[in-house]
Amino acid sequence: MSTTLAFTPAPEAAPRSRMLLAQTAMEFRLLLRNGEQVGLTLLIPLLLELFFNLPLLYSLDTPRRIDFVVPSIITLAVMSAAFTGLAIGTGFERKYAVLKRLGATALPRSVLVGGKTLAVLLLELIQLVLVCGFGFALAWHPHGDPAPALLLVVLGTIAFGGLGLLVAGTLRAEITLAVANLVWLVLLFAGGIAIPLSKYGPAARDVLQYLPSAALSDGLHRVLQHGGDFPVGPTITLLVWAAIALPAAARWFKWE
Amino acid sequence: MSSAPAVEVVDLVKRYGARRAVDGLSLTAPAGSVLALLGPNGAGKTTTIEICEGFRHADSGTVRVLGLDPAQTRLRPRVGVMLQDGVGGYPSASALELLRLFASFAARPHPPQDLLEIVGLTSVAGTAVKRLSGGQQQRLSLALALVGRPELVFLDEPTSGMDPQARRGTWDLIRQLRSDGVSIVLTTHFLDEAEQLADSVVVIDAGRVVAQGSPAELTRAGAEGQIRFRAMPGLPLQSLLEELPAGSRAVETEPGRYLVSGDVTPQFLATLTAWCAAQEVLAEDLAVQRRTLEDVFLELTGRELRA
Ligand SMILES: Nc1ncnc2c1ncn2[C@@H]1O[C@H](COP(=O)(O)OP(=O)(O)OP(=O)(O)O)[C@@H](O)[C@H]1O
Ligand SMILES: [Mg+2]
Repeated sequence: MSTTLAFTPAPEAAPRSRMLLAQTAMEFRLLLRNGEQVGLTLLIPLLLELFFNLPLLYSLDTPRRIDFVVPSIITLAVMSAAFTGLAIGTGFERKYAVLKRLGATALPRSVLVGGKTLAVLLLELIQLVLVCGFGFALAWHPHGDPAPALLLVVLGTIAFGGLGLLVAGTLRAEITLAVANLVWLVLLFAGGIAIPLSKYGPAARDVLQYLPSAALSDGLHRVLQHGGDFPVGPTITLLVWAAIALPAAARWFKWE
Repeated sequence: MSSAPAVEVVDLVKRYGARRAVDGLSLTAPAGSVLALLGPNGAGKTTTIEICEGFRHADSGTVRVLGLDPAQTRLRPRVGVMLQDGVGGYPSASALELLRLFASFAARPHPPQDLLEIVGLTSVAGTAVKRLSGGQQQRLSLALALVGRPELVFLDEPTSGMDPQARRGTWDLIRQLRSDGVSIVLTTHFLDEAEQLADSVVVIDAGRVVAQGSPAELTRAGAEGQIRFRAMPGLPLQSLLEELPAGSRAVETEPGRYLVSGDVTPQFLATLTAWCAAQEVLAEDLAVQRRTLEDVFLELTGRELRA
Protein backbone atom coordinates (compact mmCIF):
# COMPACT_ATOMS: atom_id res chain seq x y z
CA MET A 1 0.00 0.00 0.00
CA SER A 2 2.57 2.55 -1.05
CA THR A 3 0.12 4.54 -3.15
CA THR A 4 -1.78 7.28 -1.37
CA LEU A 5 -4.67 9.34 -2.58
CA ALA A 6 -6.28 12.46 -1.25
CA PHE A 7 -9.93 11.63 -0.64
CA THR A 8 -10.99 15.24 -0.48
CA PRO A 9 -14.53 15.17 -1.88
CA ALA A 10 -14.93 16.31 -5.47
CA PRO A 11 -18.25 14.80 -6.49
CA GLU A 12 -19.68 15.60 -9.87
CA ALA A 13 -21.27 13.43 -12.51
CA ALA A 14 -19.43 12.90 -15.78
CA PRO A 15 -21.01 14.27 -18.96
CA ARG A 16 -23.81 12.00 -20.17
CA SER A 17 -22.02 11.34 -23.45
CA ARG A 18 -19.04 9.86 -21.60
CA MET A 19 -21.27 7.72 -19.43
CA LEU A 20 -23.17 6.50 -22.48
CA LEU A 21 -19.97 5.58 -24.27
CA ALA A 22 -18.56 3.72 -21.27
CA GLN A 23 -21.83 1.92 -20.54
CA THR A 24 -22.29 0.89 -24.18
CA ALA A 25 -18.72 -0.38 -24.41
CA MET A 26 -19.17 -2.40 -21.22
CA GLU A 27 -22.51 -3.89 -22.28
CA PHE A 28 -21.15 -4.78 -25.70
CA ARG A 29 -17.98 -6.40 -24.40
CA LEU A 30 -19.99 -8.46 -21.93
CA LEU A 31 -22.34 -9.60 -24.71
CA LEU A 32 -19.44 -10.87 -26.79
CA ARG A 33 -17.88 -12.52 -23.74
CA ASN A 34 -21.03 -14.48 -22.94
CA GLY A 35 -20.94 -17.82 -24.74
CA GLU A 36 -24.71 -18.35 -24.60
CA GLN A 37 -25.40 -14.90 -26.01
CA VAL A 38 -22.96 -15.46 -28.86
CA GLY A 39 -24.55 -18.82 -29.57
CA LEU A 40 -28.07 -17.45 -29.47
CA THR A 41 -27.49 -14.28 -31.45
CA LEU A 42 -24.71 -15.19 -33.89
CA LEU A 43 -24.21 -18.94 -34.30
CA ILE A 44 -27.79 -20.21 -34.28
CA PRO A 45 -29.03 -17.67 -36.88
CA LEU A 46 -26.17 -18.62 -39.20
CA LEU A 47 -26.78 -22.33 -38.73
CA LEU A 48 -30.49 -21.88 -39.39
CA GLU A 49 -29.71 -19.76 -42.44
CA LEU A 50 -27.82 -22.72 -43.85
CA PHE A 51 -30.41 -25.23 -42.68
CA PHE A 52 -33.55 -23.49 -43.90
CA ASN A 53 -31.92 -22.96 -47.26
CA LEU A 54 -31.79 -26.73 -47.75
CA PRO A 55 -35.01 -27.88 -49.53
CA LEU A 56 -35.49 -30.70 -47.06
CA LEU A 57 -38.30 -29.80 -44.74
CA TYR A 58 -40.99 -28.11 -46.70
CA SER A 59 -41.45 -26.29 -49.95
CA LEU A 60 -41.41 -22.51 -49.93
CA ASP A 61 -43.13 -22.26 -53.32
CA THR A 62 -40.21 -20.30 -54.65
CA PRO A 63 -37.32 -21.34 -56.84
CA ARG A 64 -35.01 -18.96 -54.98
CA ARG A 65 -35.24 -20.29 -51.46
CA ILE A 66 -32.40 -18.10 -50.15
CA ASP A 67 -34.34 -14.92 -51.02
CA PHE A 68 -36.98 -16.03 -48.56
CA VAL A 69 -34.51 -17.30 -45.98
CA VAL A 70 -32.32 -14.21 -45.52
CA PRO A 71 -35.11 -11.76 -44.49
CA SER A 72 -36.41 -14.46 -42.14
CA ILE A 73 -33.00 -14.91 -40.56
CA ILE A 74 -32.62 -11.13 -40.17
CA THR A 75 -35.91 -11.17 -38.27
CA LEU A 76 -34.68 -14.04 -36.14
CA ALA A 77 -31.41 -12.22 -35.45
CA VAL A 78 -33.24 -9.07 -34.31
CA MET A 79 -35.57 -11.12 -32.12
CA SER A 80 -32.62 -13.05 -30.63
CA ALA A 81 -30.60 -9.95 -29.79
CA ALA A 82 -33.30 -7.45 -28.84
CA PHE A 83 -35.77 -9.78 -27.15
CA THR A 84 -34.35 -13.08 -25.94
CA GLY A 85 -30.75 -11.97 -25.35
CA LEU A 86 -31.68 -8.65 -23.80
CA ALA A 87 -34.33 -10.19 -21.57
CA ILE A 88 -32.05 -12.95 -20.25
CA GLY A 89 -29.08 -10.62 -19.75
CA THR A 90 -31.15 -7.97 -18.01
CA GLY A 91 -33.00 -10.55 -15.91
CA PHE A 92 -29.76 -11.87 -14.47
CA GLU A 93 -28.39 -8.37 -13.94
CA ARG A 94 -31.48 -7.72 -11.87
CA LYS A 95 -31.00 -10.96 -9.97
CA TYR A 96 -27.34 -10.22 -9.19
CA ALA A 97 -28.20 -6.68 -8.02
CA VAL A 98 -26.22 -5.12 -10.87
CA LEU A 99 -29.09 -2.80 -11.67
CA LYS A 100 -29.54 -1.97 -8.00
CA ARG A 101 -25.85 -1.13 -7.61
CA LEU A 102 -25.83 0.98 -10.78
CA GLY A 103 -28.83 2.82 -9.36
CA ALA A 104 -26.60 4.12 -6.59
CA THR A 105 -24.15 5.67 -9.05
CA ALA A 106 -24.38 8.86 -11.06
CA LEU A 107 -25.46 6.84 -14.11
CA PRO A 108 -29.02 7.94 -14.98
CA ARG A 109 -31.43 5.15 -15.84
CA SER A 110 -32.03 6.68 -19.25
CA VAL A 111 -28.32 6.38 -20.02
CA LEU A 112 -28.29 2.78 -18.77
CA VAL A 113 -31.17 1.92 -21.10
CA GLY A 114 -29.47 3.91 -23.87
CA GLY A 115 -26.27 1.92 -23.39
CA LYS A 116 -28.18 -1.34 -23.59
CA THR A 117 -29.96 -0.22 -26.75
CA LEU A 118 -26.73 0.85 -28.45
CA ALA A 119 -25.03 -2.41 -27.46
CA VAL A 120 -27.92 -4.37 -29.00
CA LEU A 121 -27.74 -2.25 -32.17
CA LEU A 122 -23.98 -2.86 -32.41
CA LEU A 123 -24.60 -6.57 -32.02
CA GLU A 124 -27.22 -6.40 -34.75
CA LEU A 125 -24.73 -4.70 -37.02
CA ILE A 126 -22.44 -7.70 -36.63
CA GLN A 127 -25.41 -10.01 -37.17
CA LEU A 128 -26.43 -8.19 -40.35
CA VAL A 129 -22.90 -8.32 -41.74
CA LEU A 130 -22.62 -12.05 -41.02
CA VAL A 131 -26.15 -13.02 -42.10
CA CYS A 132 -26.07 -10.94 -45.29
CA GLY A 133 -22.48 -11.93 -46.05
CA PHE A 134 -23.34 -15.60 -45.64
CA GLY A 135 -26.49 -14.97 -47.72
CA PHE A 136 -24.45 -13.53 -50.56
CA ALA A 137 -22.23 -16.60 -50.41
CA LEU A 138 -25.43 -18.65 -50.86
CA ALA A 139 -26.37 -16.54 -53.91
CA TRP A 140 -28.83 -14.24 -52.19
CA HIS A 141 -30.16 -11.43 -54.42
CA PRO A 142 -31.76 -8.69 -52.37
CA HIS A 143 -34.27 -6.43 -54.07
CA GLY A 144 -35.77 -3.15 -53.08
CA ASP A 145 -34.45 -0.25 -51.10
CA PRO A 146 -32.31 -1.09 -48.05
CA ALA A 147 -33.42 2.08 -46.20
CA PRO A 148 -36.96 0.90 -45.30
CA ALA A 149 -35.46 -2.47 -44.39
CA LEU A 150 -33.09 -0.79 -41.94
CA LEU A 151 -35.92 1.29 -40.53
CA LEU A 152 -37.91 -1.89 -39.94
CA VAL A 153 -34.93 -3.44 -38.17
CA VAL A 154 -34.65 -0.44 -35.86
CA LEU A 155 -38.40 -0.43 -35.18
CA GLY A 156 -38.33 -4.17 -34.57
CA THR A 157 -35.44 -3.67 -32.16
CA ILE A 158 -37.40 -1.09 -30.20
CA ALA A 159 -40.56 -3.22 -30.06
CA PHE A 160 -38.72 -6.43 -29.17
CA GLY A 161 -36.42 -4.57 -26.77
CA GLY A 162 -39.39 -3.09 -24.92
CA LEU A 163 -40.96 -6.55 -24.65
CA GLY A 164 -37.66 -8.03 -23.48
CA LEU A 165 -37.27 -5.42 -20.76
CA LEU A 166 -40.91 -5.89 -19.74
CA VAL A 167 -40.31 -9.62 -19.20
CA ALA A 168 -36.92 -9.11 -17.52
CA GLY A 169 -38.16 -6.36 -15.25
CA THR A 170 -41.25 -8.13 -13.96
CA LEU A 171 -40.42 -11.85 -13.75
CA ARG A 172 -37.73 -13.73 -11.84
CA ALA A 173 -34.50 -14.32 -13.75
CA GLU A 174 -35.06 -18.08 -14.08
CA ILE A 175 -38.60 -17.56 -15.36
CA THR A 176 -37.39 -14.85 -17.72
CA LEU A 177 -34.88 -17.34 -19.09
CA ALA A 178 -37.59 -19.90 -19.73
CA VAL A 179 -40.13 -17.44 -21.14
CA ALA A 180 -37.62 -15.70 -23.39
CA ASN A 181 -36.44 -19.00 -24.87
CA LEU A 182 -39.96 -20.37 -25.25
CA VAL A 183 -41.24 -17.24 -26.97
CA TRP A 184 -38.21 -17.34 -29.26
CA LEU A 185 -39.01 -20.92 -30.25
CA VAL A 186 -42.74 -20.33 -30.70
CA LEU A 187 -42.28 -17.18 -32.75
CA LEU A 188 -39.63 -18.86 -34.87
CA PHE A 189 -42.20 -21.36 -36.14
CA ALA A 190 -45.58 -19.71 -35.52
CA GLY A 191 -44.54 -16.08 -35.84
CA GLY A 192 -43.90 -15.89 -39.55
CA ILE A 193 -40.14 -16.47 -39.50
CA ALA A 194 -39.29 -20.03 -40.49
CA ILE A 195 -42.66 -20.91 -42.02
CA PRO A 196 -44.45 -18.37 -44.22
CA LEU A 197 -47.83 -17.40 -42.78
CA SER A 198 -49.35 -18.37 -46.13
CA LYS A 199 -48.93 -21.97 -44.98
CA TYR A 200 -51.43 -21.36 -42.18
CA GLY A 201 -55.18 -21.17 -42.57
CA PRO A 202 -56.76 -17.75 -43.15
CA ALA A 203 -58.16 -17.55 -39.61
CA ALA A 204 -54.80 -18.24 -37.99
CA ARG A 205 -53.09 -15.94 -40.44
CA ASP A 206 -55.41 -13.05 -39.53
CA VAL A 207 -54.22 -13.26 -35.95
CA LEU A 208 -50.61 -14.29 -36.40
CA GLN A 209 -49.80 -11.47 -38.79
CA TYR A 210 -49.98 -9.01 -35.91
CA LEU A 211 -47.18 -10.69 -33.97
CA PRO A 212 -44.08 -8.48 -33.90
CA SER A 213 -42.00 -11.20 -35.53
CA ALA A 214 -44.56 -11.61 -38.30
CA ALA A 215 -44.72 -7.87 -38.90
CA LEU A 216 -40.95 -7.49 -39.08
CA SER A 217 -40.59 -10.60 -41.20
CA ASP A 218 -43.42 -9.63 -43.56
CA GLY A 219 -42.03 -6.10 -43.95
CA LEU A 220 -38.54 -7.36 -44.69
CA HIS A 221 -39.83 -9.93 -47.20
CA ARG A 222 -41.94 -7.36 -49.00
CA VAL A 223 -38.92 -5.10 -49.42
CA LEU A 224 -35.99 -7.46 -49.77
CA GLN A 225 -37.64 -10.44 -51.49
CA HIS A 226 -40.27 -8.75 -53.61
CA GLY A 227 -38.74 -5.30 -54.03
CA GLY A 228 -41.90 -3.73 -52.67
CA ASP A 229 -42.43 -0.16 -51.52
CA PHE A 230 -42.35 1.03 -47.97
CA PRO A 231 -44.43 -1.56 -46.02
CA VAL A 232 -46.96 0.55 -44.17
CA GLY A 233 -48.94 -2.22 -42.43
CA PRO A 234 -45.99 -3.98 -40.77
CA THR A 235 -44.51 -0.61 -39.78
CA ILE A 236 -47.72 0.34 -38.01
CA THR A 237 -47.88 -3.04 -36.28
CA LEU A 238 -44.33 -2.63 -34.96
CA LEU A 239 -45.06 0.92 -33.85
CA VAL A 240 -48.09 -0.28 -31.91
CA TRP A 241 -46.04 -2.99 -30.21
CA ALA A 242 -43.37 -0.44 -29.30
CA ALA A 243 -46.01 1.96 -28.03
CA ILE A 244 -47.41 -0.76 -25.76
CA ALA A 245 -44.19 -2.41 -24.62
CA LEU A 246 -42.02 0.59 -23.80
CA PRO A 247 -44.43 2.41 -21.48
CA ALA A 248 -45.38 -0.91 -19.89
CA ALA A 249 -41.72 -1.71 -19.24
CA ALA A 250 -41.12 1.77 -17.87
CA ARG A 251 -44.17 1.42 -15.64
CA TRP A 252 -43.64 -2.06 -14.21
CA PHE A 253 -39.90 -2.59 -14.38
CA LYS A 254 -38.57 -3.57 -10.94
CA TRP A 255 -34.92 -2.65 -10.57
CA GLU A 256 -34.31 -5.00 -7.66
CA MET B 1 -18.34 22.16 3.23
CA SER B 2 -21.71 22.92 4.77
CA SER B 3 -22.21 22.35 8.47
CA ALA B 4 -25.60 20.70 7.90
CA PRO B 5 -25.64 17.09 9.06
CA ALA B 6 -24.62 14.46 6.54
CA VAL B 7 -27.66 12.39 7.44
CA GLU B 8 -30.69 13.28 9.48
CA VAL B 9 -33.37 10.70 10.24
CA VAL B 10 -36.44 11.57 12.28
CA ASP B 11 -39.10 9.10 13.44
CA LEU B 12 -38.41 6.69 10.62
CA VAL B 13 -40.84 3.77 10.26
CA LYS B 14 -40.56 0.94 7.75
CA ARG B 15 -43.01 -1.97 7.81
CA TYR B 16 -42.76 -5.35 6.16
CA GLY B 17 -46.22 -6.83 6.51
CA ALA B 18 -47.12 -6.61 10.16
CA ARG B 19 -43.49 -6.38 11.31
CA ARG B 20 -41.87 -3.01 11.84
CA ALA B 21 -38.29 -3.40 10.62
CA VAL B 22 -37.65 0.20 11.63
CA ASP B 23 -39.85 1.51 14.38
CA GLY B 24 -39.61 5.24 15.04
CA LEU B 25 -35.87 5.63 14.62
CA SER B 26 -34.11 8.99 14.79
CA LEU B 27 -30.43 9.67 14.33
CA THR B 28 -28.07 12.36 13.11
CA ALA B 29 -24.72 11.83 11.42
CA PRO B 30 -22.75 15.07 11.68
CA ALA B 31 -20.81 16.07 8.57
CA GLY B 32 -17.18 15.02 8.45
CA SER B 33 -17.45 12.32 11.07
CA VAL B 34 -17.83 8.56 11.36
CA LEU B 35 -21.17 7.24 12.62
CA ALA B 36 -21.37 3.53 13.43
CA LEU B 37 -24.71 1.73 13.53
CA LEU B 38 -24.62 -1.29 15.79
CA GLY B 39 -27.31 -3.83 16.47
CA PRO B 40 -28.07 -7.54 16.39
CA ASN B 41 -28.97 -9.33 13.15
CA GLY B 42 -32.32 -8.07 11.94
CA ALA B 43 -32.17 -4.90 14.06
CA GLY B 44 -32.93 -2.72 11.04
CA LYS B 45 -29.48 -1.35 10.16
CA THR B 46 -29.51 -2.27 6.48
CA THR B 47 -33.12 -1.19 6.12
CA THR B 48 -32.28 2.22 7.58
CA ILE B 49 -29.19 2.65 5.41
CA GLU B 50 -30.97 1.55 2.25
CA ILE B 51 -33.71 4.08 2.90
CA CYS B 52 -31.00 6.74 3.18
CA GLU B 53 -29.50 5.47 -0.08
CA GLY B 54 -32.84 5.82 -1.85
CA PHE B 55 -33.30 2.08 -2.48
CA ARG B 56 -36.29 1.68 -0.20
CA HIS B 57 -39.04 4.04 0.80
CA ALA B 58 -40.01 4.98 4.31
CA ASP B 59 -43.57 4.38 5.48
CA SER B 60 -43.33 7.47 7.63
CA GLY B 61 -40.78 9.82 9.12
CA THR B 62 -38.34 12.13 7.41
CA VAL B 63 -34.92 11.40 6.02
CA ARG B 64 -32.49 14.04 4.78
CA VAL B 65 -29.21 13.10 3.17
CA LEU B 66 -26.87 16.07 2.64
CA GLY B 67 -29.97 18.14 3.18
CA LEU B 68 -31.91 16.44 0.37
CA ASP B 69 -34.62 13.83 -0.02
CA PRO B 70 -32.85 10.48 -0.67
CA ALA B 71 -34.91 10.01 -3.84
CA GLN B 72 -33.20 12.99 -5.49
CA THR B 73 -30.98 11.68 -8.25
CA ARG B 74 -28.64 14.65 -7.92
CA LEU B 75 -27.48 13.06 -4.68
CA ARG B 76 -26.05 10.06 -6.51
CA PRO B 77 -22.63 11.50 -7.48
CA ARG B 78 -22.20 12.88 -3.96
CA VAL B 79 -22.84 9.61 -2.14
CA GLY B 80 -20.76 6.42 -2.26
CA VAL B 81 -22.44 3.14 -1.44
CA MET B 82 -21.22 -0.27 -0.31
CA LEU B 83 -24.04 -2.81 -0.17
CA GLN B 84 -24.14 -5.57 2.41
CA ASP B 85 -24.86 -8.35 -0.05
CA GLY B 86 -22.06 -8.52 -2.59
CA VAL B 87 -20.43 -6.24 -5.10
CA GLY B 88 -23.50 -5.85 -7.27
CA GLY B 89 -21.41 -5.42 -10.39
CA TYR B 90 -21.40 -7.35 -13.66
CA PRO B 91 -20.23 -10.80 -12.51
CA SER B 92 -18.21 -11.46 -15.65
CA ALA B 93 -16.50 -8.07 -15.78
CA SER B 94 -13.03 -7.90 -14.28
CA ALA B 95 -12.32 -5.94 -11.12
CA LEU B 96 -10.48 -3.23 -13.05
CA GLU B 97 -13.12 -3.05 -15.80
CA LEU B 98 -15.86 -2.53 -13.26
CA LEU B 99 -13.88 0.11 -11.37
CA ARG B 100 -13.14 1.89 -14.67
CA LEU B 101 -16.82 1.82 -15.58
CA PHE B 102 -17.78 3.40 -12.26
CA ALA B 103 -14.94 5.92 -12.65
CA SER B 104 -16.36 6.96 -16.01
CA PHE B 105 -19.58 8.05 -14.27
CA ALA B 106 -17.68 10.74 -12.35
CA ALA B 107 -16.18 13.97 -13.62
CA ARG B 108 -13.04 13.77 -11.45
CA PRO B 109 -12.69 10.15 -10.34
CA HIS B 110 -9.76 8.64 -8.52
CA PRO B 111 -7.41 6.81 -10.91
CA PRO B 112 -8.79 3.24 -10.90
CA GLN B 113 -5.35 1.61 -10.85
CA ASP B 114 -4.29 3.61 -7.78
CA LEU B 115 -7.48 2.86 -5.95
CA LEU B 116 -7.14 -0.83 -6.76
CA GLU B 117 -3.65 -0.76 -5.31
CA ILE B 118 -4.86 0.96 -2.14
CA VAL B 119 -7.40 -1.79 -1.50
CA GLY B 120 -4.79 -4.41 -2.38
CA LEU B 121 -6.39 -5.85 -5.52
CA THR B 122 -3.70 -5.09 -8.10
CA SER B 123 -2.76 -8.75 -8.46
CA VAL B 124 -6.37 -9.71 -9.30
CA ALA B 125 -7.21 -6.64 -11.41
CA GLY B 126 -7.99 -8.84 -14.42
CA THR B 127 -10.02 -11.43 -12.51
CA ALA B 128 -13.76 -11.64 -13.11
CA VAL B 129 -15.80 -10.25 -10.24
CA LYS B 130 -17.56 -13.59 -9.71
CA ARG B 131 -14.19 -15.33 -9.26
CA LEU B 132 -12.90 -12.96 -6.58
CA SER B 133 -12.87 -14.33 -3.04
CA GLY B 134 -15.40 -12.98 -0.57
CA GLY B 135 -12.92 -10.62 1.06
CA GLN B 136 -11.64 -9.44 -2.31
CA GLN B 137 -15.21 -8.68 -3.37
CA GLN B 138 -15.63 -6.60 -0.22
CA ARG B 139 -12.49 -4.65 -1.06
CA LEU B 140 -13.66 -4.06 -4.62
CA SER B 141 -17.00 -2.97 -3.30
CA LEU B 142 -15.23 -0.44 -1.08
CA ALA B 143 -13.21 0.87 -4.02
CA LEU B 144 -16.40 1.23 -6.09
CA ALA B 145 -17.94 3.29 -3.29
CA LEU B 146 -14.98 5.67 -3.27
CA VAL B 147 -13.99 6.03 -6.92
CA GLY B 148 -16.28 8.98 -7.67
CA ARG B 149 -14.82 11.06 -4.80
CA PRO B 150 -18.06 11.27 -2.82
CA GLU B 151 -18.57 13.50 0.18
CA LEU B 152 -20.61 10.90 2.06
CA VAL B 153 -20.23 7.12 2.07
CA PHE B 154 -22.55 4.44 3.40
CA LEU B 155 -20.62 1.29 4.25
CA ASP B 156 -22.82 -1.65 5.24
CA GLU B 157 -20.55 -4.08 7.10
CA PRO B 158 -17.45 -2.96 5.20
CA THR B 159 -15.01 -5.38 6.81
CA SER B 160 -17.12 -8.53 7.03
CA GLY B 161 -15.21 -11.35 5.37
CA MET B 162 -11.92 -9.42 5.34
CA ASP B 163 -8.74 -10.94 6.75
CA PRO B 164 -7.10 -9.13 9.70
CA GLN B 165 -4.66 -7.25 7.47
CA ALA B 166 -7.39 -6.06 5.15
CA ARG B 167 -9.48 -5.01 8.14
CA ARG B 168 -6.63 -2.92 9.52
CA GLY B 169 -6.04 -1.49 6.03
CA THR B 170 -9.71 -0.59 5.76
CA TRP B 171 -9.63 1.07 9.16
CA ASP B 172 -6.68 3.19 8.02
CA LEU B 173 -8.56 4.04 4.87
CA ILE B 174 -11.67 5.07 6.78
CA ARG B 175 -9.57 7.24 9.10
CA GLN B 176 -8.01 8.89 6.09
CA LEU B 177 -11.41 9.45 4.48
CA ARG B 178 -12.54 11.16 7.63
CA SER B 179 -9.47 13.34 7.92
CA ASP B 180 -9.90 14.32 4.26
CA GLY B 181 -13.41 15.51 5.04
CA VAL B 182 -15.60 12.62 3.94
CA SER B 183 -18.64 11.80 6.09
CA ILE B 184 -19.05 8.12 6.85
CA VAL B 185 -21.98 6.04 8.02
CA LEU B 186 -21.10 2.39 8.61
CA THR B 187 -22.57 -0.67 10.21
CA THR B 188 -20.55 -3.36 11.87
CA HIS B 189 -20.75 -6.35 14.15
CA PHE B 190 -17.13 -5.85 15.22
CA LEU B 191 -17.40 -3.70 18.29
CA ASP B 192 -13.68 -3.04 18.39
CA GLU B 193 -14.12 -1.59 14.92
CA ALA B 194 -16.75 0.84 16.14
CA GLU B 195 -14.61 1.68 19.16
CA GLN B 196 -11.60 2.33 16.92
CA LEU B 197 -13.29 4.32 14.19
CA ALA B 198 -16.52 5.92 15.25
CA ASP B 199 -17.01 9.43 16.49
CA SER B 200 -20.51 8.44 17.42
CA VAL B 201 -22.26 5.13 17.87
CA VAL B 202 -25.96 4.39 17.57
CA VAL B 203 -27.10 1.07 18.97
CA ILE B 204 -30.29 -0.21 17.34
CA ASP B 205 -32.45 -3.07 18.51
CA ALA B 206 -35.75 -4.13 16.98
CA GLY B 207 -35.83 -1.01 14.81
CA ARG B 208 -35.33 1.43 17.67
CA VAL B 209 -32.38 3.34 19.03
CA VAL B 210 -31.47 1.90 22.40
CA ALA B 211 -28.34 3.98 23.04
CA GLN B 212 -26.23 6.57 21.37
CA GLY B 213 -23.12 8.58 22.08
CA SER B 214 -19.39 8.46 21.54
CA PRO B 215 -17.70 5.15 22.33
CA ALA B 216 -16.19 6.80 25.41
CA GLU B 217 -19.57 8.03 26.61
CA LEU B 218 -21.19 4.66 26.10
CA THR B 219 -18.50 2.71 27.90
CA ARG B 220 -18.33 5.23 30.75
CA ALA B 221 -22.06 5.22 31.37
CA GLY B 222 -23.55 2.77 33.83
CA ALA B 223 -21.14 0.70 35.87
CA GLU B 224 -17.87 2.39 36.63
CA GLY B 225 -15.76 -0.68 36.56
CA GLN B 226 -15.73 -4.40 36.04
CA ILE B 227 -13.81 -7.48 36.88
CA ARG B 228 -13.49 -10.52 34.68
CA PHE B 229 -12.26 -13.93 35.68
CA ARG B 230 -12.36 -17.58 34.71
CA ALA B 231 -13.34 -20.41 37.00
CA MET B 232 -15.41 -23.59 36.98
CA PRO B 233 -18.85 -23.10 35.39
CA GLY B 234 -21.98 -22.66 37.48
CA LEU B 235 -20.77 -20.63 40.47
CA PRO B 236 -23.64 -19.44 42.74
CA LEU B 237 -23.40 -15.78 41.84
CA GLN B 238 -26.43 -14.90 43.91
CA SER B 239 -24.45 -15.44 47.11
CA LEU B 240 -21.68 -13.20 45.75
CA LEU B 241 -24.13 -10.42 45.05
CA GLU B 242 -25.37 -10.62 48.64
CA GLU B 243 -21.87 -9.72 49.80
CA LEU B 244 -21.16 -7.00 47.26
CA PRO B 245 -22.56 -3.45 47.53
CA ALA B 246 -26.12 -3.00 46.30
CA GLY B 247 -26.30 -2.23 42.56
CA SER B 248 -23.42 -4.54 41.67
CA ARG B 249 -23.94 -7.11 38.96
CA ALA B 250 -22.47 -10.51 38.28
CA VAL B 251 -23.05 -12.68 35.20
CA GLU B 252 -21.58 -15.80 33.71
CA THR B 253 -21.03 -14.53 30.15
CA GLU B 254 -20.03 -17.94 28.84
CA PRO B 255 -19.72 -21.15 30.81
CA GLY B 256 -16.80 -20.61 33.15
CA ARG B 257 -16.34 -16.92 32.34
CA TYR B 258 -17.55 -14.32 34.77
CA LEU B 259 -18.12 -10.62 34.62
CA VAL B 260 -18.68 -8.68 37.83
CA SER B 261 -19.45 -5.01 37.55
CA GLY B 262 -20.15 -2.23 39.96
CA ASP B 263 -18.30 0.46 41.88
CA VAL B 264 -14.99 -1.36 41.81
CA THR B 265 -12.98 -0.32 44.87
CA PRO B 266 -10.10 -2.19 46.55
CA GLN B 267 -12.66 -3.43 49.08
CA PHE B 268 -14.89 -4.65 46.22
CA LEU B 269 -12.00 -6.70 44.83
CA ALA B 270 -11.17 -8.06 48.27
CA THR B 271 -14.78 -9.12 48.81
CA LEU B 272 -14.79 -10.91 45.48
CA THR B 273 -11.56 -12.82 46.12
CA ALA B 274 -12.67 -13.71 49.65
CA TRP B 275 -15.91 -15.09 48.23
CA CYS B 276 -13.94 -17.14 45.73
CA ALA B 277 -11.80 -18.49 48.53
CA ALA B 278 -14.91 -19.45 50.46
CA GLN B 279 -16.13 -21.29 47.36
CA GLU B 280 -12.73 -23.00 47.16
CA VAL B 281 -12.40 -21.59 43.67
CA LEU B 282 -9.22 -20.26 42.14
CA ALA B 283 -10.13 -17.29 39.94
CA GLU B 284 -7.88 -17.38 36.89
CA ASP B 285 -7.07 -14.54 34.51
CA LEU B 286 -8.65 -12.16 36.94
CA ALA B 287 -8.58 -8.67 35.48
CA VAL B 288 -9.97 -5.33 36.54
CA GLN B 289 -11.09 -3.58 33.35
CA ARG B 290 -13.02 -0.73 32.00
CA ARG B 291 -16.10 -1.76 30.07
CA THR B 292 -15.75 -2.38 26.38
CA LEU B 293 -18.32 -1.42 23.81
CA GLU B 294 -19.04 -5.12 23.52
CA ASP B 295 -20.13 -5.24 27.15
CA VAL B 296 -22.39 -2.26 26.65
CA PHE B 297 -23.79 -3.81 23.52
CA LEU B 298 -24.55 -7.12 25.19
CA GLU B 299 -26.10 -5.41 28.18
CA LEU B 300 -28.32 -3.34 25.93
CA THR B 301 -29.36 -6.01 23.49
CA GLY B 302 -29.29 -9.07 25.68
CA ARG B 303 -27.05 -12.06 25.59
CA GLU B 304 -29.32 -14.68 24.21
CA LEU B 305 -29.35 -15.56 20.54
CA ARG B 306 -32.46 -14.29 18.85
CA ALA B 307 -34.22 -15.14 15.68
N1 LIG C 1 -37.43 -6.85 1.79
C1 LIG C 1 -37.84 -7.31 2.98
N2 LIG C 1 -38.99 -7.98 3.11
C2 LIG C 1 -39.41 -8.42 4.30
N3 LIG C 1 -38.75 -8.25 5.45
C3 LIG C 1 -37.59 -7.59 5.40
C4 LIG C 1 -37.07 -7.09 4.17
N4 LIG C 1 -35.90 -6.48 4.42
C5 LIG C 1 -35.69 -6.59 5.74
N5 LIG C 1 -36.70 -7.26 6.33
C6 LIG C 1 -36.81 -7.55 7.77
O1 LIG C 1 -36.53 -6.36 8.46
C7 LIG C 1 -35.75 -6.62 9.60
C8 LIG C 1 -34.49 -5.77 9.57
O2 LIG C 1 -33.64 -6.24 8.55
P1 LIG C 1 -32.23 -5.54 8.24
O3 LIG C 1 -31.69 -6.18 7.03
O4 LIG C 1 -32.43 -4.08 8.20
O5 LIG C 1 -31.39 -5.94 9.51
P2 LIG C 1 -29.85 -5.64 9.83
O6 LIG C 1 -29.84 -4.86 11.09
O7 LIG C 1 -29.17 -5.04 8.68
O8 LIG C 1 -29.31 -7.10 10.13
P3 LIG C 1 -27.89 -7.80 9.80
O9 LIG C 1 -27.01 -7.46 10.94
O10 LIG C 1 -28.22 -9.25 9.82
O11 LIG C 1 -27.42 -7.30 8.51
C9 LIG C 1 -35.50 -8.11 9.61
O12 LIG C 1 -36.42 -8.70 10.50
C10 LIG C 1 -35.77 -8.55 8.21
O13 LIG C 1 -36.28 -9.85 8.18
MG1 LIG D 1 -27.66 -5.66 7.47
